[in-house]
Amino acid sequence: MSRLYRAWDSDLAYAFRHSPIAMFATLVVALLVLGAVFAPLIAPHDPFDPATLNLMNGFTAPGTPNAFTGDSFILGTDNQGRDMLSTILYGMRVSLFVGVAAVSLGMVIGITLGLIAGYRGGWTDTLIMRVADVQLTFPSILVAMLIFGIAKGITPVEYRDQVAIWVLILAIGLSDWVQFARVVRGATLVQKNKEYVQAAQLIGRSGTAIMLRHILPNVLSPVLVIATISLALAIIAEATLSFLGIGAPPTQPSLGTLIRVGQGFLFSGEWWILFFPACTLLALALSVNLLGDWLRDALNPRLK
Amino acid sequence: MTPLLEIKDLTVEFPTRRGIFTAVDKASLSVAPGEIHGLVGESGAGKSTIGAAVMGLLQRPGHITGGTINLKGRAVSGLDRSAVQALRGREISMIFQDPLTSLNPLFTVRQQLVETITTHLDVTQTEANQRALDLLQRVGIPEPEMRLDHYPHQFSGGMRQRVVIALVLCSEPDVIIADEPTTALDVSVQAQVLDLIKDLARERQVGVILITHNMGVIANTTDHVTVMYRGQVMESGPTAQVLGAPSHAYTKSLIAAVPRPQIKQHRFAQVSFGGRETGFQIADLARNWNKPQVDRAKPLFQIEALTKRFLQKPALLPRNRHYLNAVDGVSFDIKQGEVFGIVGESGSGKSTVARLIGGLHRPDAGHLFFDKKEIVAGADLTAYRRQIQMIFQDPYSSLNPRMRVDQIIAEPARHLGLLSGKDLRHRVDELLDRVGLGSAAGQKYPHEFSGGQRQRISIARALATQPRFLICDEPTSALDVSIQAQILNILKDLQEHLNLTMLFISHDLPVVRQMCDRVGVIQRGQLVEVAQTETLFTAPRHPYSRHLLSLMPRLDELATPDLTTLSAPVAPRPAPA
Repeated sequence: MSRLYRAWDSDLAYAFRHSPIAMFATLVVALLVLGAVFAPLIAPHDPFDPATLNLMNGFTAPGTPNAFTGDSFILGTDNQGRDMLSTILYGMRVSLFVGVAAVSLGMVIGITLGLIAGYRGGWTDTLIMRVADVQLTFPSILVAMLIFGIAKGITPVEYRDQVAIWVLILAIGLSDWVQFARVVRGATLVQKNKEYVQAAQLIGRSGTAIMLRHILPNVLSPVLVIATISLALAIIAEATLSFLGIGAPPTQPSLGTLIRVGQGFLFSGEWWILFFPACTLLALALSVNLLGDWLRDALNPRLK
Repeated sequence: MTPLLEIKDLTVEFPTRRGIFTAVDKASLSVAPGEIHGLVGESGAGKSTIGAAVMGLLQRPGHITGGTINLKGRAVSGLDRSAVQALRGREISMIFQDPLTSLNPLFTVRQQLVETITTHLDVTQTEANQRALDLLQRVGIPEPEMRLDHYPHQFSGGMRQRVVIALVLCSEPDVIIADEPTTALDVSVQAQVLDLIKDLARERQVGVILITHNMGVIANTTDHVTVMYRGQVMESGPTAQVLGAPSHAYTKSLIAAVPRPQIKQHRFAQVSFGGRETGFQIADLARNWNKPQVDRAKPLFQIEALTKRFLQKPALLPRNRHYLNAVDGVSFDIKQGEVFGIVGESGSGKSTVARLIGGLHRPDAGHLFFDKKEIVAGADLTAYRRQIQMIFQDPYSSLNPRMRVDQIIAEPARHLGLLSGKDLRHRVDELLDRVGLGSAAGQKYPHEFSGGQRQRISIARALATQPRFLICDEPTSALDVSIQAQILNILKDLQEHLNLTMLFISHDLPVVRQMCDRVGVIQRGQLVEVAQTETLFTAPRHPYSRHLLSLMPRLDELATPDLTTLSAPVAPRPAPA
């Protein structure tokens, strides 16, 4: 009770309650995430079960009954008669999973290297940060494509679709650790000179213990902000890769895959196949981004 | 004489999400031409807020909710923004604490002075240049013709503050508000800048409000003084009277807490005012303490030719590297049960000595013997680490903000394998009780405590391993003077009751005189003199020691604390929510 009350009473919660944008963005993100998580329960159809598909339902416009079968779909169907709402819900599952997993991977690598670089200093720091600098000279989508290409080359054909998602996570995660490492290194340099770190050194705590127990909790707020903003970026990166046809396989379509499929029908009048997945991606990325921006301001003591 | 500036019943409020915080509560004061009016108080007393209110520079959401400010008989507080702006600079001007940030680094001194002069006065460019030159000369800058075309970074700290004063004088203001103008300066420069302000006030009949927390500055500079506490004026009057014969209990307690350079007090007079906690239960702590046997003739620490150098310019080839000798062949003994002081200016290497002894740095050369055993880096130091603990300078940085207080206090004892489980919890609760915070404090986080309370937590952490040796690195330089007195008393009690040996590092000579048995003076990494405290203060041998002592503020004007008259009970005012 008191812990719950303290959380509710905290400055962050107070700032949240006074920011309509943050509350709206949270609502949108929550709805989309819930929709993705409970997709098997709430989706009208299972788009991956061929038994429930009727090819005759192909290209049904949103809200109007199909001319042959009389079936009606809220967001219409694609060329194969799959319900768009269901494919979007399932697509979001893939997009969100890849985004969250990739950011987590990038975060773990970035925090670890950033802590080590900042705390150890010297040539360790130089080495890690120069590697980071070199990686930053390549566009991250290029790095992701490179990793993706290598992985594709070394996996046997029959496993490619199964590992595609994991390769995607690896590719996006590895292209995204640099900003975490930079921020954590900077914050660590500040914290390292605080006297509580000296107090821990005085009693002979090891470098690892000081980094994990003392410094890490104090550098997490900027990490939280970056994690939120990179989540939006990772979702977009995944969509980009999938749009280019090198991301999620057709058996596990993500929002990007749906957009790629949909753009083929844009000029023949079936706009909904592109429009709704694109809108969902926009809403998801925008809300997460807004949340990240708000968090950055709310955690910045100078803007209070 | 009619007052230049008259502030009457000024109230400034800051609405916050937890209610209204009254920063200044019905404060009144007046400044006559040529008068220096001191505004003194501890942090949070509202003294800077008064200055900001007069200047119309209150930080939002703060605003004036009551009272009047009259400048030469005209009300200032009711004026709109543009009228206040016209007033600012021309009739009232301000000197800030940090001369580095109040000058624009991109313009020469001439450009800044001439621009200010032409903005405020109707003069030609040539006249403005001549005025700028005169002003620089007046504030005591040597070779003003040449210095006029220098940039701010080419001046030293004290010189820069002189330039700021010249800048303030450009517009010929009637009132100058100086907010801690010398706090960022070295002691030697401090006196010169204050003398300059004093002379200028007389010469130009300018009224000066001098905001400071330093009693020495007040004693040496001001004509009148107003003492503030939590937004309220406690006492106001001629400086000699207020400092020499204070009538209000708070003023008495404040003056009693100022360390005297000329006498050694056994303890600082403890005056409880405004419900400050004091209850440090030293006797209870001593009962459960494994007191070490102390033989005052024998050394606990022997330090021989200790040297530490820091790499200043890294290079691939060793011969191209540049080193700074932070500690250069320092040797001394610390006897059992004694308080050994190290004094020196900032950058003299005194903190590095503390860190070498604490094992935070490895020495490049020299030997360190603790209890006759040499301390070698890399060996198992657990036994050594249990015996030594450290109290740090800044209580806002020495406690991990993300750890609960009980975890902070428990960490040394747990990590060094002394206690665990129930025993450890018991020890932590006991320590929190003994330092006067109560065991419930263990569930809170450091940000919920004030500076003085945090320093008590720091002390509790240091005592958790029952050490024999305590390193105090400027333990009170970040604290208000009354809190400083409390903490110093606590440290003295600890030292006496628990037979502790102490290394006390400070730049503050009066504090060192109160605390230490023997003192070492350190200059640029070298120990120039080691002497008994009384000997050092009465008959210093080394020229550098004499120089340091000559910079010490004289506080002869202050009332001598008399414990019997200091117990006036005052109703505590509730702390701001």
